[in-house]
Amino acid sequence: MDKRLPDLAAAVAPIHDGAVVMIGGFGSSGIPFGLIDALLDQGATDLTVISNNAGEKEIGIARLLKANRVAKVICSYPRSPGSIWFERRYEAGEVALEVVPQGTLAERIRAAGAGLGGFFTPTGYGTLLAEGKETRKIDGRGQVFETPLHADFALLRAERGDPWGNLSFHGTARNFNPAMAMAGKHAIAEVRALSGTPLDPETVVTPGIFVQALVQHEVRP
Amino acid sequence: MTPLSNADLAARVARDIPDGSYVNLGIGMPTHVSGHVPDGREVIYHSENGIIGVGPPPPEGRHDPEMIDASKRFITTAPGAAFFDHPDSFAMMRGGHIDIAVLGAYQVAENGDLANWATDDESFPPAVGGAMDLVVGVPTIYVMMRHVNRDGSPKILERCTYPLTGLGVVNRVYTDLAVLDVTADGFRLVELAPGNDLAAVQAATGARILT
Repeated sequence: MDKRLPDLAAAVAPIHDGAVVMIGGFGSSGIPFGLIDALLDQGATDLTVISNNAGEKEIGIARLLKANRVAKVICSYPRSPGSIWFERRYEAGEVALEVVPQGTLAERIRAAGAGLGGFFTPTGYGTLLAEGKETRKIDGRGQVFETPLHADFALLRAERGDPWGNLSFHGTARNFNPAMAMAGKHAIAEVRALSGTPLDPETVVTPGIFVQALVQHEVRP
Repeated sequence: MTPLSNADLAARVARDIPDGSYVNLGIGMPTHVSGHVPDGREVIYHSENGIIGVGPPPPEGRHDPEMIDASKRFITTAPGAAFFDHPDSFAMMRGGHIDIAVLGAYQVAENGDLANWATDDESFPPAVGGAMDLVVGVPTIYVMMRHVNRDGSPKILERCTYPLTGLGVVNRVYTDLAVLDVTADGFRLVELAPGNDLAAVQAATGARILT
């Protein structure tokens, strides 16, 4: 089995207009900048982006927003210092926003990958973000029902990978990447060190069964 | 009134963090608490982006771009640190494994309600981050903030007017003027910052302070 692809363009080629795309990363860490740039060049538009943040300055997701390729953002924290392109599109009503508490976002993504129909969480109970959602008292505590978040594609950033799709990560760059690998129907990883030999199974963080394609991209942001 | 400096406020909060605690420090003012923990105490810091055992910042120019905390500042690891993904990180928070969280706030109410993620300015995109998950799961929630807004209006109220982060979750409020416990009867004075009297602090507060 060999899931390696020759370049970033080949990796993002299947992404279609209107696709729901998960993008790993938190702040500047663990973001697949190479795949995002390739997606910009590829031209797919009307995308729904699921990611923790909504891009900063003129890099990453901000480039997709600037080029008006994003119809909707589902994230926990769209407002970062320098998130000018999100703010501009949001103010102009050009991008829809669904704000999700960060842990609920992570768990909704994990639930999709794990084949669950959703879960109850105390997070957000009684707040604006639970309005209209089913609630239940469990062990005397108010809980909110949250549904799984599926995606057509997941764009990931990993430190090491092998032809079977196994991945390991570096530092705090792991964040949403393993859960998104599970939830994306077609998960694509950009990997700093893509090896032709198998990773030591003891070091694998994301098993290759969750990853459909890998491409080498050495640059660390 | 004589407000505490940010450093003195951070030191005051740090005094109440016991040896051996697992602690999450929120974005902004709370990040300074770690620099003031008294010598001899080992406090282990969790950052929701996937590390427990956050160490001091790296030397200038020696940072690793994939080593950041939730405030997106460059960090190192402390002895005993571990990395993990977001579902595990939020299991630590929601699951009651973190002992103390120190958070900033827009408003705190006498029933322990916290508002720290959205104001009533609708042109501003809301951003919740991990605050709602922290307050439901961490057993001790400390709020650290200025006592009043820039215009002098109170942040400590009978009821919050901004959208809530969590209901009845705050245990104690540390401000530049006072330390207040949230009790079943409302705010109870723990102490006044040096050089302040209760009448002036009460006048700057939108809820009754019990003594």
